[in-house]
Amino acid sequence: MNHLETRGLTVAYRAGGREVPAVRGVDLAIPPGGTLGLAGESGCGKSTVALAVLRLLPATARVGGSVLLAGEDVLTMAWGRLRAVRWAGASIVFQGAMHSLNAVRRVGDQIAEPVLLHESAETPASAARRAADLLERVGLPPRTAAAYPHELSGGQRQRVMIAMALACGPRLVIADEPTTALDVMVQAQILRLLKDLVARNGIAMMMISHDLSVLADACDRLAVMYAGRIVEEGPARQVFADARHPYAAALGAAFPVVGDPASRYAPRGLAGDPPDPAGSGTGCSFRPRCAVAEDRCAYVDPALWRAGPDRSAACVRVLPSEEVL
Amino acid sequence: MSGTPARPSPRALARQRRRLALSGFWRRYRRHRAGLLGLAGLVLFVLLALAAPLLVAPGDLSVTRAPHDAYQPPAPAHPLGTDNFGRSLLDLVVWGSRVSLTVGFLATLVSVGLGTLVGITAGHYRGVAGAVLMRVTDWFLVLPTLVLAVALATVLSRSTLTIVIAIGITAWPTTARLVRAQTLAVEARPYIERSRALGGGHTHIMLRHVLPNVLPLVLAQTTLLVASSIIAESTLAFLGLGDPGTVSWGGTLQDARRAGAVSSGVWWYLLPPGAAIALVALSFTLCGRAVEGALDPRSREGR
Amino acid sequence: MSAPSAAPAAPDRGRGSPRRIAVYLAGRLLGAAASMAAVTVTAFFLFRVLPGDPVRTMTQGRAVTEAQLDELRRQYGLDKPLGEQFLDYCSGLLRLDLGVSYQYRAPVTELIAERLWPTVLLAGTGTLLAAVLGLWLGTRAAWRRGRVVDQVNTGLALTLWSVPTFWLGLLLIVVFAGTGGFPTGGMATPGVRGPAAALDVAHHMVLPVATMVAVVYAQYLMIMRSSLLTEMGSDYLVTARAKGLRDALVLRRHAVPNALLPTVTLVFLNLGQVVAGAILVETVFSWPGLGQLFYQGLRLPDLPLVQGLFVFFSAGVILMNLLADLVYPLLDPRVRV
Repeated sequence: MNHLETRGLTVAYRAGGREVPAVRGVDLAIPPGGTLGLAGESGCGKSTVALAVLRLLPATARVGGSVLLAGEDVLTMAWGRLRAVRWAGASIVFQGAMHSLNAVRRVGDQIAEPVLLHESAETPASAARRAADLLERVGLPPRTAAAYPHELSGGQRQRVMIAMALACGPRLVIADEPTTALDVMVQAQILRLLKDLVARNGIAMMMISHDLSVLADACDRLAVMYAGRIVEEGPARQVFADARHPYAAALGAAFPVVGDPASRYAPRGLAGDPPDPAGSGTGCSFRPRCAVAEDRCAYVDPALWRAGPDRSAACVRVLPSEEVL
Repeated sequence: MSGTPARPSPRALARQRRRLALSGFWRRYRRHRAGLLGLAGLVLFVLLALAAPLLVAPGDLSVTRAPHDAYQPPAPAHPLGTDNFGRSLLDLVVWGSRVSLTVGFLATLVSVGLGTLVGITAGHYRGVAGAVLMRVTDWFLVLPTLVLAVALATVLSRSTLTIVIAIGITAWPTTARLVRAQTLAVEARPYIERSRALGGGHTHIMLRHVLPNVLPLVLAQTTLLVASSIIAESTLAFLGLGDPGTVSWGGTLQDARRAGAVSSGVWWYLLPPGAAIALVALSFTLCGRAVEGALDPRSREGR
Repeated sequence: MSAPSAAPAAPDRGRGSPRRIAVYLAGRLLGAAASMAAVTVTAFFLFRVLPGDPVRTMTQGRAVTEAQLDELRRQYGLDKPLGEQFLDYCSGLLRLDLGVSYQYRAPVTELIAERLWPTVLLAGTGTLLAAVLGLWLGTRAAWRRGRVVDQVNTGLALTLWSVPTFWLGLLLIVVFAGTGGFPTGGMATPGVRGPAAALDVAHHMVLPVATMVAVVYAQYLMIMRSSLLTEMGSDYLVTARAKGLRDALVLRRHAVPNALLPTVTLVFLNLGQVVAGAILVETVFSWPGLGQLFYQGLRLPDLPLVQGLFVFFSAGVILMNLLADLVYPLLDPRVRV
């Protein structure tokens, strides 16, 4: 059984009387211990997916489909059960840990908080010891527990976030842009730390980023989202190196491979803006920005289709030629 | 936003943009039900004050030739009862609105004008001048407002103008602080840099760039300040510092207390003037909050 | 394990070093001293502009000879040039001597000392209750934003805030003078002694305190509400919810401590103003405190008394501002020195 599975997940936000879709039918699956990278530009709905997994979306969001965490549907859980599953079943490493940590409480207390909440056997003293252990595991001296978030550097704060995410021994960690706010050297350290910890403890991970190269490095599998949908999914290396969907290819090319002279001359970047989520015409939503769009793209909106062994893409160009829907 | 070379004159463009902004402001203001209620109350009281000479004959407010008997409870001839001289309280309340509103507006004008001037100057000229101005503002801020106003009203001769000055001088520091903060924010924007590089002088920058950007904030502050100015006016009048020759809501309450209306339980002498003060102050407060909400879409206070 | 270079610099980077605390304290004390000096000067010159002859006011109506008036002038130092008067006043201030009241013929300092406690009792109780009530209701209003609780609370607060203090007091007196229940004036019933006296004072306090709270709490409610609403969208609250905390705990443990900071500062900053604001409540309820003393001083006007009280009230505000500056770093680790 997959540890996390979403089936036809949809999320729409109510804004000014109408519903604006943010996620439009996402199917994801992460087996126990598996790692999945979710990529896409800002506004494509990837963070919404992360929040939907623990039902953390604001009240203005309407969620449909199902989110199965170890076989249990999170979306229909009772509140008590949901609170028990949060953090103990799946935890989140948020981006920009400055704002995701409470500024007026010591980081040690913030790490110990979920321990005390979820494990009734723990005492404040034992939870504090656990917090110190966790800090050591993420490469911080235990005395960091007495610090306030603003006294730490960006990388240290992100380490605290990771220690906090591991506090209750979850079987799934969702890392939502864990390195976006950090400088490049620290990014690499944090990524390696996260990768090591997840691999060593057999934790499943969903990592979200706009940087395809980061995800390709840290995850087994990659899913690329565009306008609320997954447009390509497959083994990380293959999707990164040889994307079948033009958008995934453009996203991969946006980050040059250091030391690869070819990537310096390759055209990269993507003209145009993501489509307005409120209004979508007919046909493929990527068509207006697609360099290789064909006539049929104007009326065919392709679903995910098998695009090789163990991978799929939502582009008419991977469809068997006769099978135009 | 900008960039494309404009055919119409920049002035016309600016005018058009302002008109658009204004209609957008009104659209957002209308969403605040409480704000509309406040606006209605406001209009009502202003009309009342303007029409007072038509509604009340001058003789009706005379202490010696009062039209009714003293201490009459509400009756058709005097719907709100009469005071210790036999004047109708309705007449007193209608007439009193003139002083209360005038003082409220004028005192606010003084304090907002002073506050804006000091705030923009302190925000624009950083360095010694700005620091000194802020020091003075801070120092005014620590003076107990009511005590200072009372002291001023005691020291100066007893007149409505005195009350205006007393309130105006005590209320400006808050505005100055707000305006200064906004000025600093505006001056940090790149187009100020550009204007300076193009040779824009201090006056030009302050009047042409900072002031228009600060005005919305000042507007919200003004509406809120009128409410507290009206309360302050009634307070000073109640403490016996108002002009004894005019009829005002606070003055009427002081008369009531002096005449022993409190101990003898003549509630109708006390109720109308105070309720009028509260209603006007509430109207202004509701308006001010709606203005704030309409100007800053983020703080969309409960419609 | 990852790169050891990531080990943090000492997390307590220079925080709380005695030197920095000393510098911070010195700065605040200096600021307070400057304000105090400014107040002193203002108080003196403000009241010298007063028209009329204070000696004539003092002797109101009584038949006095010119010689007696001169004697009085000498007694109060009013015959000296202004500069000398100012120096006398300043040196007196340093010795905590605020002059002698015209109407009470007693040192102003003594009068203040006598009336201080009733005011502190009234304003202190009022502020405490108003703060607790305001913070609690503000939290509830923000949590249930836009619902009935919020609308009723905000509406009531705004209405009470618009009501003049003294009028509310007068209405309460009219109501309770008729029905009984609570005393409507004074601080104690003459002749009550022993433990019953404390109860008696508390009984007398009910209406003045209620008036004070009704007018003051609204401000705290509105600040707490908007402060909490600002926090409501914060990321750390999502973290707290993701940890599995109940909404009530998210509110109590995470949102409220953050939202409390601006509100508590405001409560402290307001303390001084509230003491001065007691003038109205005390006047209306004949509470024998500083406010009533000030009101009585105004009637004459009793120059040394009014001037002394002005200095005293201002000093109170400055002191409370200083206290707020000193308390804030204790509450918010981000500005800890």
